[in-house]
Amino acid sequence: MEVYLYIALFAPLVGSLFAALFGATPKTYITGIVTSGLLFTSFVSSAILLSYVMSGHTVHVELMTWMATGDLYIPFGFVVDQVSVTMMMVVTIVSTVVHVYSIGYMDHDKGFNRFFSYLSAFVFSMMVLVMSDNFAGLFIGWEGVGLCSWLLIGFWYHKESATWAANEAFIMNRIADLAMLIGIFMMYWNLGSLQYDVVFANIGNLPMHIITWIGIFLFIGAMGKSAQFPLHTWLADAMEGPTPVSALIHAATMVTAGVYLVIRANPIYDLIPEVGYFIASLGAFVAMFAATMALVNRDMKRIIAYSTLSQLGYMFVAAGLGAYWVALFHLMAHAFFKALLFLGAGNVMHAMSDELDPVKMGGLYKAMKGTAILMILASVALAGIWPLAGFFSKDKILEVAFSSEHYILWGTLWITAGLTAFYSFRLIMLAFFGEERYKNFGFHPHEAYPYMLIAMSPLAVLAVIAGWFEHDFIRLVTTLLPGYEFHTHHVEAILIAVTSLIALTGIISAILMYKKGPLDTKWENNICYKILINQYFIPKIYDEVFSKPYLKLSKLAWKEIDLKIVDATVDGIANMIYQTGEKTHTMQNGNLSSMLRWMVIGLVVLLVLAVAFTAGYNAVNLQAM
Amino acid sequence: MEITLTHYLVLSTLLFAIGLIGVMRRKNLLMLFFATEILLNSVNIGMAAISHYRGDYTGQMFAFFIIAIAASEVAVGLGLLIVWYKRTGKIDLDQMTSMRG
Amino acid sequence: MFEAIAFYLFAALTIVMFTITVMTSQALYALTAMAAGMIFISAFFFILGADFLGAIQIIVYTGAVMALYAFGMMFFDTTRNVIEKRSNPRFVVVLGGLAAVLVVFIVLAPIVTNNLEAHYPIDLAVGNTQAIGMVLFTKYLVPFELAAVMLLVAMVAGIVLAGKKMDKSLTLMAEEEIALLHASTANETTEEGVH
Repeated sequence: MEVYLYIALFAPLVGSLFAALFGATPKTYITGIVTSGLLFTSFVSSAILLSYVMSGHTVHVELMTWMATGDLYIPFGFVVDQVSVTMMMVVTIVSTVVHVYSIGYMDHDKGFNRFFSYLSAFVFSMMVLVMSDNFAGLFIGWEGVGLCSWLLIGFWYHKESATWAANEAFIMNRIADLAMLIGIFMMYWNLGSLQYDVVFANIGNLPMHIITWIGIFLFIGAMGKSAQFPLHTWLADAMEGPTPVSALIHAATMVTAGVYLVIRANPIYDLIPEVGYFIASLGAFVAMFAATMALVNRDMKRIIAYSTLSQLGYMFVAAGLGAYWVALFHLMAHAFFKALLFLGAGNVMHAMSDELDPVKMGGLYKAMKGTAILMILASVALAGIWPLAGFFSKDKILEVAFSSEHYILWGTLWITAGLTAFYSFRLIMLAFFGEERYKNFGFHPHEAYPYMLIAMSPLAVLAVIAGWFEHDFIRLVTTLLPGYEFHTHHVEAILIAVTSLIALTGIISAILMYKKGPLDTKWENNICYKILINQYFIPKIYDEVFSKPYLKLSKLAWKEIDLKIVDATVDGIANMIYQTGEKTHTMQNGNLSSMLRWMVIGLVVLLVLAVAFTAGYNAVNLQAM
Repeated sequence: MEITLTHYLVLSTLLFAIGLIGVMRRKNLLMLFFATEILLNSVNIGMAAISHYRGDYTGQMFAFFIIAIAASEVAVGLGLLIVWYKRTGKIDLDQMTSMRG
Repeated sequence: MFEAIAFYLFAALTIVMFTITVMTSQALYALTAMAAGMIFISAFFFILGADFLGAIQIIVYTGAVMALYAFGMMFFDTTRNVIEKRSNPRFVVVLGGLAAVLVVFIVLAPIVTNNLEAHYPIDLAVGNTQAIGMVLFTKYLVPFELAAVMLLVAMVAGIVLAGKKMDKSLTLMAEEEIALLHASTANETTEEGVH
C-alpha cells in the first residue's frame, strides 16, 4: 500500500521534472501527454488508496528524517487517512482533467512545455500539503503551492498586469504565512512536536489563551490562502493567469488549502468555539460580500472568481460551527462544478479571442452547444438545485447554521444563495442567450476541440452525482472527523423548501432580466453600482494606505539609509585602510638611515611589550600565590 | 668604594646607547660601521664583567668569539663598501635609495 | 680603591672618546677617537682579570680593525669634512637611550637575581691565559673551528671584493699570457703617468 502512496505523491513531480527538460524548447505535445498520463497514474493510485481507506485502514509512512537537531524532530512523513484521501481524490481528478484540457487550451502558446512543468509542480506541492502528517510538511506544501501559483499567475510574464497580480498574490499569502508560522512556532514551543497525532492528543493540556492564539494564528494563515476578507483582493486579480490555472488553483485546490487546514486542525478548533464563531461570521460576511460584487461585474472570469470566494465563505461557516465533514463535503462538490465553470469560461474565452466582457458576447449557444450545456449544468449545481451536487452540500451548511441557532448567519447565507443563483445565471444569459452581440465586434466563435470537451465531462458527471454519495461520505469521513448533531429534524423539510425557493427565484429573475441582453446603461450611474463595480473601493484603499506609503518609505530607506549611511560606512572603512597604507608608505623610502631608526623604534616597542607582559604576568601569579 | 657588577652594567648600557645613537645618526656609511663597532664593544665589556663577578669562563669565551666575528664582519663590510664606491662614487646614505618601496 | 679610581677614569675616557666618534663631523677625528676608545676598553678587560681578552682586544681591534678602517678612509678620501643632513637629533637620543636600557634590563635580569650557577668556574690559581686555552680547546672546540672557517671566508671575500682584475686567474694562465698581461698593464700605467 505504501507504494501507492509514493506513486500518488511523486508522479506529478516526475511529470514536472520531465516537462522542465523541455522548458526552453518550442512546444512539443509529448510534455502535455506525459504529464497528463502521470497525473492519471496518480489519480488511479489515489483511487486504490480510497478503496483501501474505505475498508477502515490508514496508511502512514515516514519517508526520511528532515530535521533532527536537539529536541526538534521533523520527519518527511505522509499519512493517508479519510480526510487526506478525500482531498487527494479531488486534487487528482481535477488536475488530470485540467492537464488534458490544457493540451488544447495552450495549443498556440510559446510556453507550452513550461506551463506543464509548473502545473505538475503545483499538483505535487498540493499533494505534499494534504498528505503530510505534520504541520511542518503542511507548511512546505503551503509554500510550494504559493510559489507555483505565483509562477502560474504570472505565466505570461511579459504582461505587466500579470506580474503585478502574481506578486500581489504571493505577497498577500506571505503576510498570512507569517501568522501561520507564528501559530506553528507556538505549537512547537508548547508541545515539543509538530506531528498531528502528538499535537492533537496534547492540545487540551495547554492553557486556554494559548490554544486560542494558536487557533487564531492558524486561521489567519488560512485566510491568506483562502482569500478571506481582508486578504481577498488577490483572488480576483489572479485571473490574469491562463484559465486552466484558475480552474485548478483558484477553484479546486489552493484556495481550499485554508479550509483543509481548519478541517485538519479540528481538535484545536473544537476547544475554542468563540474563534470558531468568529470564523463562521467572517465566512458568512465574505460570502455575502463577494456575491454582491459578482452581481455587476463585467469580467467573466472575475464573476466566477467572486463566486469561488463566496463559496469559500460557505465552507468556513461550516468549519467554524464545528461541522467539519459538511465543509469537506462542500469543498469536494464545489471543486467539481467550479472547475467545470472555469474550463467552460476558458472555452468561451478562446472562442472570443480572449474577450472577457459578457456584454460583448451573447447568443453563443448556437456556436458552442457543448460548452453551453456544461456551463449551464455547472451553474445549476452551483445554485444548489436538486438533484445536483450543490444542493446537498449547500443545504447542509444552511442546516448547520440554523441548527446552531445562529439565525443571522443563516439569513446571510440564505440571501447569498439567492444572489449566487442570480449572478450565475446572469452570466449564462448574457453569454449564451439573447441576440448575438458579438457580431458587432467582429468575433468568430467556434467550439473547442472535442477532446477538451471530453476531458471536461467527468467533472460534469461528478457535479451531478457527487451529492448522491452523501451517506457513504459521512460514513467514511466521520471515522476521523467529529460528527455533527443536527437539531433541526422537525424543520428540515421547510428549510430545504425555503432554500430551493430562493435559488429558483434567483435563477428565474436572472433569466427574465437578462433575456434581452444587458441592462440599460442608466444603471451604471447608480451609487450602489459604482460601489460594487469598484469592489467596494478596497483595492484602491489598499493602494493608498499600504502600497504608496510603503513605496515612499522604501525610497527613503534607499536614499537616506542605504546610500548615505551603509554605503558611507563601508566606503569609510575601506578608505581608512587605504589611507593607512598611504601614510605608512613613506616608511619605505629606501633610506638606510631612516630604516635603521624604524628598526630601533620597533625594537623598543617590542621590548616594552615584553617587559609589560612579563611584569603583569608575574604580578598576577604572585598575587595568586 | 666597591665597584660591583652594576657599575659595569651601567657602563655597558651607556656605551650601547651611544652606539645606537651613532647608528641612527650617521649618514656616512663608514661612520655607520664605526658605530656598529661601538655596539659590539659595549657588549664585550658586559660579558667580561659578568664573567668576573660570577666566576664563570663562559662570558670571556663569548667575548672572544664576538671579537672574531666583528673582525670578519669589518673585512666583508669594507669590501662591499669599496665595490659600492667604485660603482657610484659616493657613500652618503641619503642618496642610496634604490631600495625604495 | 685603586680599582675604583681606574674604573671611573677609564669609564669617563671611554665615554668621551665614543661620544666624539658618533658626534664629530670630521672622519679623521672619529677614527682616532675610536682607536683610543678601543685601547681604553682593553684596560677594562685587564681590570676585570681577563688578561687574554685584553690582549686580544688590543691586537685584533686596535691593531687590525682600526688599521682596516684607516685604509678604508684613505681609499674613500674622507679627510675632507663629511656633510651630513641632520634631522631630529633629540628624538634619536631618547630612542637610543630607551632601547639600550630595555635591552640590558631584559637580558641581564636573570643574572642580577642570583639564579645562575657557573658552567666553567674560574680557578684563580691557574693563570687566565692558560685557563682560557684549556676551556677554548676542549669545551669550545667546534665553535673555534667554525670561527676559523668563517675568518677564512671573510678573507677571501675581502680580497675578491676589493681586488682589481679579479676575473682573470693567474694560476691557470700560461707564461706567455701573463707576460702579455704585464706588458699591457705597464703601458696603461705609463700612459696614466704622463697625464
